[in-house]
Amino acid sequence: MKLRTVEEKLFQLLMIAATILIVTSLVVILVTVLVKGLPALRLSMITQIPKGGFYLGKEGGILNAILGSFYLAGGATILAILISLPIVIYFNVYASKGSVFVNLCRFSLDVLWGVPSIVFGAFGFTIMLFFGLRASLLGGIIAVALLILPVMSRAMDEVVKMVPRDLLNASYSLGATRLETSVKVVVRQALPGILTAVLIAFGRGIGDAASVIFTAGFTDAIPTSLMRPAATLPLAIFFQLGTPFPEVQERAYASALVLTIMILVISIVSRILTRSFTKHVIK
Amino acid sequence: MEYKAHIRVRNLSVSYGTEQALKDVTVDLPEKKITAIIGPSGCGKTTLLKSFNRLIDAVDGIKVQGEVYLNGDNIYGPGIDVTHLRQKMGLLSQRPYPLPMSIYDNVAYGPRIHGIRKRRRLKEIVEHYLRESSLWDEVKDRLHTPASSLSVGQQQRLCLARGLAVEPEIILGDEPTSALDPTASQRIEEKFLQLKAKYTIVVVTHILRQAIRLADYVVFMYLGQLIEHGPARKVFENPQEELTRGYIKGVIV
Repeated sequence: MKLRTVEEKLFQLLMIAATILIVTSLVVILVTVLVKGLPALRLSMITQIPKGGFYLGKEGGILNAILGSFYLAGGATILAILISLPIVIYFNVYASKGSVFVNLCRFSLDVLWGVPSIVFGAFGFTIMLFFGLRASLLGGIIAVALLILPVMSRAMDEVVKMVPRDLLNASYSLGATRLETSVKVVVRQALPGILTAVLIAFGRGIGDAASVIFTAGFTDAIPTSLMRPAATLPLAIFFQLGTPFPEVQERAYASALVLTIMILVISIVSRILTRSFTKHVIK
Repeated sequence: MEYKAHIRVRNLSVSYGTEQALKDVTVDLPEKKITAIIGPSGCGKTTLLKSFNRLIDAVDGIKVQGEVYLNGDNIYGPGIDVTHLRQKMGLLSQRPYPLPMSIYDNVAYGPRIHGIRKRRRLKEIVEHYLRESSLWDEVKDRLHTPASSLSVGQQQRLCLARGLAVEPEIILGDEPTSALDPTASQRIEEKFLQLKAKYTIVVVTHILRQAIRLADYVVFMYLGQLIEHGPARKVFENPQEELTRGYIKGVIV
């Protein structure tokens, strides 16, 4: 066999191995969560808030954390979209290509992307102290929004960058302003990728424990106000795993299962909902 | 034959960074005629065309000197509303770029951004301009399907309808048939010959035969310079410049 053919085969093998590795990891995680979580999953877990002694193995559920996580990640995602979209539109439509300022911003976002989430939590907490805020849903939303902002905006940036220049020109030559072009053409064209960016960010937001530990706090009650503390699933899982009682630890896996299912359902539903908007994308 | 000038270019020079794309171009383009801008690739044809609707503004490091007059107003002068200027010129690009929306919305896009909101009026406009670009019969039953589902030739006619729907005075074509098959190209050419009754048409083309078929007036460019311009007949049959003669004979490619 020629060296080039060997090379080709070798790389094919490597690629297959990598694919298998990734898919198996996903399957193993899902199976572990299912096997360990399913037996402990009771309807009461998702319909009730913790009753007295829940963490000691008594009655109750994690509805507080389910709703708390949902509000928190949802709020943070919306907030991050509101900031990311203008950033990305500015980068790719308004700013001139090769602008030093834009490159500096991109670099900063990349660095922020790598900052550990506990740092965002601590940073958020410092800001909250400055404004005299206590641990609250609002504080958590802001901290998580900051955490997911770099992920979301850079992921969006990469897809909006791919929108052909001529498509923008087509809109401009009809007399459209840059804003009209951005909203009606660029966002529509990049919508599938923008959605992926939002989902990645949402997934990171809902699964993060460290950024909310100080900022959102924890409570057994369902959050009723932005100014009250809110429970989150990752923290609930953390507390449950931290107990010495096996039945509570099993509930941690059930909670993880709930979290996984939530992310899965939201991904699938939003894909279906946006399908009708993405059929117009120009290839 | 006397021509009434629609676009007057005066001493126009354009440079990208250190590269000079247009050197001191002065020419008048006649109203309600088809002007073909010809010349070898990289001669500044497209730059000249895109300077008319100021699409070159978006290019980085661009410098424009000189004037372009449209109806007597310098479009590079102060106080010119670029969106208003662009509305007066429909553009057909090399490859059709339908907007990421339905066929109907593609045509309605321009009228909508210029303030037409009534559904009935929009429907009339869409139908009228789709007929004008001879696309209506092919798409009337699927107006709300994605524009990307059309063939490339149909897409180019859709882009024509979309451009006409903002009621321009001028149609700019940047090698508008280069991505199309011969039949689709022919349809576009036929359209142009009909449309010149109402619009001033300026086409950049590297297909000499297309220029001969279409043009009333010819502008020959070479390396950013305007070499020769005049009525098509005169330029093709009796070119004054050595370079033009060479290009027409196929010596310079």
